[in-house]
Amino acid sequence: MSVRVFVPGDSAALSVGADEVAERLAAEARARKLDLTIVRNGSRGLYWLEPLIEVQVDGARIAYGPVAVEDVASLFDANFVAGGAHKLRQGPTDEIPYLKKQQRLTFARCGITDPLSLDDYRAHGGYRGLTRALELAPDAIVKEVIDSGLRGRGGAGFPTGIKWRTVLATPADRKYIVCNADEGDSGTFSDRMIMEGDPFVLIEGMTIAGLAVGATEGYIYIRSEYPHAFRQMNRAIELAHRAGLLGSNLMGSGKAFELHTRLGAGAYICGEETSLLESLEGKRGQVRFKPPLPAIEGLFGKPTVINNVISLASVPIILDRGAEHYRDFGMGRSRGTLPIQLAGNIKQGGLVELAFGITLRQLIDEFGGGTASGRPFRAVQVGGPLGAYFPEKLLDTPLDYEAFAALKGMLGHGGVVVFDDSVDLALQARFAMEFCAIESCGKCTPCRIGSTRGVEVIDRIVAGTEIGKNLTVLDDLCETMIDGSLCALGGLTPFPVLSAVKHFPEDFDRSSPRAGRRSAA
Amino acid sequence: MPNYAVWDDKAASSLIDEHRAKPGALLPILHALQERFGYVDGGIVPTLAKALNLSRAEVHGVISFYHDFRDSPPGRHVVRLCRAEACQSMGNEQLITHAKQRLGVDFHETTHDGRFTLEAVYCLGNCACAPALTIDDKVYGRVDAARLDQLLDQAGKRP
Ligand SMILES: Cc1cc2nc3c(=O)[nH]c(=O)nc-3n(C[C@H](O)[C@H](O)[C@H](O)COP(=O)(O)O)c2cc1C
Ligand code: SF4
Ligand code: FES
Repeated sequence: MSVRVFVPGDSAALSVGADEVAERLAAEARARKLDLTIVRNGSRGLYWLEPLIEVQVDGARIAYGPVAVEDVASLFDANFVAGGAHKLRQGPTDEIPYLKKQQRLTFARCGITDPLSLDDYRAHGGYRGLTRALELAPDAIVKEVIDSGLRGRGGAGFPTGIKWRTVLATPADRKYIVCNADEGDSGTFSDRMIMEGDPFVLIEGMTIAGLAVGATEGYIYIRSEYPHAFRQMNRAIELAHRAGLLGSNLMGSGKAFELHTRLGAGAYICGEETSLLESLEGKRGQVRFKPPLPAIEGLFGKPTVINNVISLASVPIILDRGAEHYRDFGMGRSRGTLPIQLAGNIKQGGLVELAFGITLRQLIDEFGGGTASGRPFRAVQVGGPLGAYFPEKLLDTPLDYEAFAALKGMLGHGGVVVFDDSVDLALQARFAMEFCAIESCGKCTPCRIGSTRGVEVIDRIVAGTEIGKNLTVLDDLCETMIDGSLCALGGLTPFPVLSAVKHFPEDFDRSSPRAGRRSAA
Repeated sequence: MPNYAVWDDKAASSLIDEHRAKPGALLPILHALQERFGYVDGGIVPTLAKALNLSRAEVHGVISFYHDFRDSPPGRHVVRLCRAEACQSMGNEQLITHAKQRLGVDFHETTHDGRFTLEAVYCLGNCACAPALTIDDKVYGRVDAARLDQLLDQAGKRP
C-alpha cells in the first residue's frame, strides 16, 4: 500500500523550501522503489518547523521538521515512512504541545486535509453547515450568527449577525456578499492560510451568507501580494462549481450563489471596506463617506455584506454545531475563538487559535518560547500597523476587544509582532507615520499631510533638536489626525506613535544612549 | 518567469477585449496588461478609456493610485523586499542595505544591466518566517544576506 506523506503547499512553507523538499522526496522514493503518495496540504501553522512534513502511520500522523532538502536521504535511511527515529522527528503532530493546547474551530481542517479535495472536506465536517442553512429560513440563519456572538475579525469587531440583519432587511433586486481578503496588516496571515489551506470553508461561509441575506453573488477581494492564495481560491471555486456547490442549484435546492475573485493592487487602504468597494468597481480606492452604510448601499450601490475571511470562514462551524457551541468559548463580549498570528522576533511563530482571554504573556512565553534572537523582550505590537506598542508591564492584558481598547490599543486582525531590545521605538513611531503617508488615500488633510509632518517631527526628535518642544508638536499633530480623519488609517496611526512615546519615553530622549538600541540610520 | 513580452498595442487591445465585460473591469485589465508586459504603457490610456466608457483622466487616476502598476518596463527580475514591522523586528534593515549595495540601486530602480528591479513591499503574509522577500513570483522567508546573494546569483543566471 502506498504511504501518504504530507508536504505543505502553503506559501510560507514554500518560502522556506517545501517544493524542493517535495521534489526530493519523490525522487528518493523512486530511487528506493517505494510507493509514496505526496499530499500538498495547508500549513498546520507551526511555522518555525516548516517545512513540516508528516507521514501517516497506522492512522496517526508523525511530524518531521524543519526539513531541508539535504535531510531527505537521511529521513529515508531512518525509515521515516514507518515513523522511524530521526533528529527532526517531532512525534505525533496532534501531540505537539503548541497544537494540542489550541482550540481550533475555524482552523479545524487547515493542514489536515488536501485543500482541494471535496471528499476530504466533507469527511472532516465540511458542508454540514450549508446543509443545515438550506433547511432554515433566512432570518433563522441570521439569528444563529447573532446568537453565536461572532464579531468581525477584520479589525473593527462589529457583530457579524447584526450587519447581516440590516442587509436582509433592505429590499433590493440584487445584493452582494463581499469577502475582504486584503489582509494588509503586518504580522497577519490567517486569511492567507485559510485560502491556501482550506478554501472550501470560505466558499461555504460565503454561500451561507448569501442564503441568509438573499444575495446570489459574491466577490472575494484578494491582495495582489497573495498570488498563491488567488490561484488556490480560483481552483476551489471551479471545483465547487463542478460539484454543484456553487451555481444555480446549490446541492439540488434550486437556490443560487455565484462567486468571483478579484485582485487588489498594492494599496493598504483598500482593506478599508468602502475603499475596497470602490476598488472592486474599478475605481481609485478612495474611502467613501458613511452613511450610507455598505449594508444599505454597497457594491454597485446595492446592499452588501462585507466581511473578513475569518469572519466568513467561522460561519460554517457555527451553523453546523450551533450558536451556543461557538459562544461558549471566549470572555466578556468577545465570544468564540481568535486565530492569533504570532510573528516577528519570536522563537516559535505561527498560528494559535484560542478562545479569547489568553494573556499576551502566556502567548509569548508558552507558545512563542521567547524571542528568536535570544535577546530580552522589549515590545509587542498587536493589531497591525495601526495597533499600539506595549511594554513588558502590559503583558498580562488578556486578548479581548474591550481590554485592548481600554489601553488605547486594539486586537485588530489578531497579529502579534514581537520585538527584542534592539528595537528603537522612536524609529517604529516614525515608520507608523511614514506608512500612513505612503498609504493615505488622500481624501483628508490631517491624514495626508499630517503623517508627512509627523515623520519630519520625529526626525527632529531623533536628531536631538528641541526634543520637548517637538514632542508637544507631535502630540498636537496626533490629536488633529485622530479628530480630523475620515477613516481609521489617519485616525489610528497616532496609536502606535503615542503608545511608543508613552511606554518607551527613553527612546525619545536621545541625550542618553540606551543599552541594546540600534543606532539611528 | 517572468521575461515579459515587448509592449504591443494589438496584443494589449485583445487583452482589454478579453476582460472588458467584467463588472469593474479596469483593475482586471490592468493586471492582465502588467502580467504580460511588466508595465502599463501610458499610450494605452485612450484605448482603455474608450473601451470602458471613462475619461482619460479617470483611467490615469486609477493607474496612478495603485502601487502595483508600473509605467515603464522593469528589469528581467523584480526583487521585492518586505519593509513592514514583523520583518523589521528580524533585521530587514540590514538586508535592505545589503541588497541596495549589492545591486547598486535604490528602491524603484533597475540595475544598469537590466537584470534586476528593486521594489519595496509591505507584508507578504510571511511574518512568522521573517525577513521575507519575493523574486519574481516566488516568496522566500528567513532570508539573511548570504541567502539573498545566493538567490540573486541563481536568478541572475536565468535568462
Ligand atoms: C485602513 C484600514 C485597513 C483595513 N484593512 C482590512 C483588511 O485588510 N482586512 C479586513 O478584513 N478588514 C480590514 N479593515 C476593516 C474593514 O474596514 C471592515 O471593518 C471589515 O472588512 C469588516 O469585516 P468584519 O466585520 O468581518 O471584520 C481595514 C480598515 C481600515 C480602516
Ligand atoms: S483618513 Fe486617510 S486614508 Fe482615511 S479617508 Fe482620510 S485620507 Fe483617506
Ligand atoms: S511583515 Fe514582512 S512578511 Fe509580513
